[in-house]
Amino acid sequence: MSYIIDRRLNGKKKSTVNRQRFLRRYKAHIKKAVGEAMTNRSITDMDKGERISIPTRDINEPVFNHGPGGHVERVLPGNREFVSGDRIPRQGQQGAGGGGGGASDSGEGVDDFVFQISQEEFLDFMFEGLQLPNMIKRRLAGNESFKMVRAGFSNEGTPGRLNVVRSLRAANARRIALTSSKRRNLRELEEELAREEGKDPALRDQRKLDTLGKRIAELRGRIDKIPFLDDFDLKYNLLVKQPKPRSKAVMFCLMDVSGSMNQATKDMAKRFFLLLYLFLQRSYEYTEVVFIRHHTSAKEVDEEEFFYSRETGGTIVSSALKLMRRIMQERYPASEWNIYGAQASDGDNWNDDSSTCHKILINDIMPHVQYFSYVEITPRDHQALWEEYESVRAIFPEHFAMEQIVDLKDIYPVFRQLFSQKVAA
Amino acid sequence: MLDKFPTAPDAKSEGPISTTSEWTFELIQEYDRAIAELAEEFGLDTYPNQIEIISSEQMMDAYSSVGMPVGYNHWSFGKQFISVENNYQRGLMGLAYEIVINSNPCIAYLMEENTMTMQALVIAHACYGHNSFFKGNYLFRSWTDASSIIDYLLFAKNYIARCEERHGVEEVEAILDSCHALMNYGVDRYKRPYPISAVEEERRQKEREEYRQRQLNDLWRTIPKMGNGREEKPNFRFPEEPQENLLYFIEKNAPLLENWQRELVRIVRKLAQYFYPQRQTQVMNEGWATFWHYTLLSELYRRGRVTEGFMMEFLQSHTNVIYQPPFDSPYFNGINPYTLGFSIFTDLRRICEEPTEEDRAWFPDIAGSNWKETLQFAMRDFKDESFILQFLSPKVMRDMKLFCIRDDDRESEIVVSAIHDEDGYRQLRADLAGQYNLGNREPNIQVYSVDTRGDRSLTLHHTQYRRRPLGKDTPEVMRHLHRLWGFDVHMHSLHEDEVTASYHCPERGRDRMDSEDEPMLIPKPI
Repeated sequence: MSYIIDRRLNGKKKSTVNRQRFLRRYKAHIKKAVGEAMTNRSITDMDKGERISIPTRDINEPVFNHGPGGHVERVLPGNREFVSGDRIPRQGQQGAGGGGGGASDSGEGVDDFVFQISQEEFLDFMFEGLQLPNMIKRRLAGNESFKMVRAGFSNEGTPGRLNVVRSLRAANARRIALTSSKRRNLRELEEELAREEGKDPALRDQRKLDTLGKRIAELRGRIDKIPFLDDFDLKYNLLVKQPKPRSKAVMFCLMDVSGSMNQATKDMAKRFFLLLYLFLQRSYEYTEVVFIRHHTSAKEVDEEEFFYSRETGGTIVSSALKLMRRIMQERYPASEWNIYGAQASDGDNWNDDSSTCHKILINDIMPHVQYFSYVEITPRDHQALWEEYESVRAIFPEHFAMEQIVDLKDIYPVFRQLFSQKVAA
Repeated sequence: MLDKFPTAPDAKSEGPISTTSEWTFELIQEYDRAIAELAEEFGLDTYPNQIEIISSEQMMDAYSSVGMPVGYNHWSFGKQFISVENNYQRGLMGLAYEIVINSNPCIAYLMEENTMTMQALVIAHACYGHNSFFKGNYLFRSWTDASSIIDYLLFAKNYIARCEERHGVEEVEAILDSCHALMNYGVDRYKRPYPISAVEEERRQKEREEYRQRQLNDLWRTIPKMGNGREEKPNFRFPEEPQENLLYFIEKNAPLLENWQRELVRIVRKLAQYFYPQRQTQVMNEGWATFWHYTLLSELYRRGRVTEGFMMEFLQSHTNVIYQPPFDSPYFNGINPYTLGFSIFTDLRRICEEPTEEDRAWFPDIAGSNWKETLQFAMRDFKDESFILQFLSPKVMRDMKLFCIRDDDRESEIVVSAIHDEDGYRQLRADLAGQYNLGNREPNIQVYSVDTRGDRSLTLHHTQYRRRPLGKDTPEVMRHLHRLWGFDVHMHSLHEDEVTASYHCPERGRDRMDSEDEPMLIPKPI
């Protein structure tokens, strides 16, 4: 007797837990691979999944087994030319029999254990242990999303929201209220009837018995006429719309496009911005990006132009900061937006401009932004701008960060450093 | 390999069950009924079948949890899953067509992607071949309890989940890792466990907790007994006899394990015991199932219940299954158990039905006997090693062109010691049988002694088999052993009573303080 069961609709993700455990166990390996991937990837597929490879020996599950050596007898299939007593030199094992097979069962697997992690897992690993520097503001603003919340019960509603318990409770209450006097009468009459019936048969008043019986029947009939459930008993769950607070962030990308910035430097800056963008996206429901490029004057541009158009000229960093200040005031009130600034430059600046930058930052920008990060992409020594920014950092140590990037390889580590979870002091 | 192509259908028949490759539940049922009738005619005794249709994702899930429908959580199953998933998605491997579980009822998984032919093949192979093997073979009969395994797995899963909640996933995984490393040494070879149900298991688990603690305290009592003044013998040995079941020894005697940790050891040990017969009967089990799917489906064809197209598709997969690449082929990966088992069973039938002079000389008892009874006998009362020793016929050795090489590290060359000829048959057969002896395949390691009065260190002895040394994993496994034992662990590898190698954990010559930073978790003292 056989039973045939269709299990196809049963859950299929039974191994998810085990898979997660595996990933957790080899976190170190995966993180390393993710870090490497960040450096090697082209910018457009920064946030795709990744193939991870772990050396097989690291995930090997050891058991007691035999090593090579000793006296081994092996039976093999497919003999063609051997007769007993043949001697085969141990060297040149390939095809000479025995040795070839021996290599396979000594478990000398050199291939790496390679597998794919999904985009989400990739990003999880990429940003693991990173934190947006504190304070995420949640504000109500115009284009809100709403969510429905429960708000008690109402007498009107759609059948789908009918609250059965409440409705029946109301019906019950109504029935009790409407029948109480009748039931009291009924009880009295029944008691009277019982008294009458309890008398000696000779003493019973037959007329009284009949009247009582009639009135009892009449009362019963009236009680029965009260409907079990009436229209106005029905109660519905009431839902009301409530505006849902949304966290919004805007990210200002400021980049120097003066002649001193070449394509490689810009590429590094772009990677940095992209990482920051991905990171913000994970933390906020809504993220906007403002691209500001500058040489001697600053301009708000779209992404394409920001990264690819070429312009040359001198460098006045303050122009970009001024533009940022203006856009902040006009479009992104700090009361509503979480503002992040990221600036990339090679550190060149017009000589006396750096102090202006300092002033703008301290007075107009830093008080309003959540975080401002500055990366200097240069192998050379720092110049005036770096020093000015260092003094800004001294004033806003929580909100201002700066690092130097020399090489493509530095970006991810620097990024991690900027946003690594700070242990609460 | 296929000596006889199935003969053409009989004229009087009910006609084929189906003519397309699409399967439906009704068809599966009908095939199952037809195959079941045949199986009964052939005298196969089976548990009831529970055939479950699953998708390929579910198959991958089942695959990675050693085929069991319920399993506890562990990262190694995740690793298995990831590699199966990857290989499958990249098209490197096809999934097995079926998984069958030794339980009562016998659960077999069929993949929905299979064609009707494949489903029928799987039903014949798993639901009647493996199933009757599970029910008939003496190892399975006496070592596993088909009716309670699912219950036990459920108990194990829940127990381990509870431990994880209470003690943290990491702690639990650490113990399980160590147990898995010693899993092959968690088997009783001679004592038969008796089956108990999950409910009972839970009740007993409580009792065991108390009992263990009492026993342990006795063993590790360090304060000498007051009283009659009779000193204990100074050379009191523990254990009195060497112990081969390492996990059992640890479960009962490790000084520092908490009760829940002992229970984990026990769970892994129980599972090892459950799988032990499977490891010992791979050739027989697969050979038997393959023999029967071939015999049953050929018979269906003879009776006209399946079409020629069906037979072609069936024979193609059958031939793939029993393909044995020669030793020098790049695909060679040891002897294919399907081929070996199928060849022996097929030849056994031939010996019964059409014995030659050679067969009469080699198998006087069975040449010309009733083949059904002889095959049943062969299936019931043997394991791979004894089965090969008993039934591997010269013809099969010739067909497979078996030969034996001797690779001795004291000789400069590899020697072909026997081939498939008159002089070689007996040696070949003995050597091949030896190859399937788990006792030879796995290093023979036993608990030798415990220093109960001193540093509580545990000493193991490895008795070398033909001077074969231990593999490179050994220090790693020693660390696992050390984690479970909690005190120093030593192992001596012996060749004819002479120690040729020693392993220690923590390693000798290292400062004891250094061992603190090794990655292994050392159990905290109670």
